Amino acid sequence: MKRLVVYRIAVVAGLIALLEVLCLAGVIDKITMQAPHLIARDLWRLLASGKMNGAIAKTLGNTLLALLFAVGAGVIAGALLHRRRALRDTLDPLFATYYAVPVFAFYPFFIVVFGLGDLPQILIAFMLGVVAMIVNTLNGLDRVPTVLLKTARILRLGPVDTALSVTLPSAGPYLLTGVKLAVAYAFIGIIGSEFILSRGGIGYEINFAYTNFDNATMYPLIVLILLASIAINTVLSRWERTLLARRGAR
Amino acid sequence: MTPQVTLAGVGKTFPAGRVTPALHALGPLDLALRQGEFFAVVGPSGCGKSTLLEIIAGLARPTTGTASFEGQPIVDEAPDGIGVVFQEDASLPWLDVAGNVAFGLRRSGLPQAERDRRVRDVLKLVGLADFANTYPAQLSGGMRQRVCIARTLVMQPRLILLDEPFGALDQQTRLLMGDELLRMWRETRATVFLITHALDEATMLADRIGVMSARPGRLIDVVETGWPRERDSRIVEDPGFGVITARLWKSLREESLKTIGRTMPRGDGDA
Repeated sequence: MKRLVVYRIAVVAGLIALLEVLCLAGVIDKITMQAPHLIARDLWRLLASGKMNGAIAKTLGNTLLALLFAVGAGVIAGALLHRRRALRDTLDPLFATYYAVPVFAFYPFFIVVFGLGDLPQILIAFMLGVVAMIVNTLNGLDRVPTVLLKTARILRLGPVDTALSVTLPSAGPYLLTGVKLAVAYAFIGIIGSEFILSRGGIGYEINFAYTNFDNATMYPLIVLILLASIAINTVLSRWERTLLARRGAR
Repeated sequence: MTPQVTLAGVGKTFPAGRVTPALHALGPLDLALRQGEFFAVVGPSGCGKSTLLEIIAGLARPTTGTASFEGQPIVDEAPDGIGVVFQEDASLPWLDVAGNVAFGLRRSGLPQAERDRRVRDVLKLVGLADFANTYPAQLSGGMRQRVCIARTLVMQPRLILLDEPFGALDQQTRLLMGDELLRMWRETRATVFLITHALDEATMLADRIGVMSARPGRLIDVVETGWPRERDSRIVEDPGFGVITARLWKSLREESLKTIGRTMPRGDGDA
């Protein structure tokens, strides 16, 4: 296990070193990409200058909002659908094909309806994430053992108490899988729509830097997004592993 | 003394589904459980034993007849004072052993100190005192079942229903768990209603044994074992043990054959 982690880090470090060498040797020219150590330096300068604070706050804030709505609505919709068999059977195929629909195609429509503000961006991120949350909630609820629900009835727990103290914890690991997906989708939704048409946010700044040949801004911002997304995913994965280890899976 | 549980003409028919015909699963059946006795039920598979238990537990509603616990009718809700141990593992995997046992006291309204004391006492009673902070996944099947028994006992129920609680355990563990069950039964003074498919287990543990017919399950015999209250698994050496087990088998053999005869042609043996 330990050794695998070392190998994994070695692979990533090796790729970065390769880029570094290729950049320094001039195989990759400066206009295409800067050497990794310069990107790191520029990222540090960019963060220290505070120029990007507004954009970072906007992107992270909107992502968080979209995520909260997607998780909240997804869990509630999943719980309701779980109790309505006929409706669920009707919608199941739609969920299955949902991710074949390029939600971004609706962006012009959203702008017409909701204007140029943050709302259409949050809406796209929400729409991307919510179905993953619904599907995983349904999956988790399906796997709550009947005997636990019987136990709740024997212990005379009310419906709310049963949901909070038996059903949700039992479905917990599946919900967490949904949350992980929703995080990824929320990031994709927000940053993607900032790229297309927006007046702020990290996605907008990357696009702006790109059209102005400003590599000293573009690459550091890309790295910043990577780091943020990896950090959040790592935290959630750790939590998931603790939950699963407790339950004897692995 | 008035019986603790009274079943009068209790029957259960499951309504027809889209592809399944209506199923007459149980009864009509009359039964009176005496305060503090150890009552075991044996019967061929699919005879409605579990349905009978669910009716007493308030988890299922009888289609005919009435069920009452301590004089109160049992309707759609688990009566206060009844605890159930199921065949399946009902431990909560996200709570440690102490948390699982304390879960039984969620609605008790007891102060925290009293809860802790009860949890400690019960863990000692079931032999899990050293495992209070262990998670169920790290325990064997027998120990997990003990967690569920502890969670039931901590509520200090006056009637304990057990639905083949040792069905998934190996023979030796089952004998030892039987011994422990007898000890807990004596110490808690609760009534025990045990469903089992093992005739020797019923004979070894119970004061009275009800024998059920093939579906729809009815009581075709009730056998008094006449064992002393102080007893353990060594009762199998008693000459009466073989006599009683033989009598149970005599009553059951024909019923079990009916069950097998009914399901064999379709090729599924566990109906």
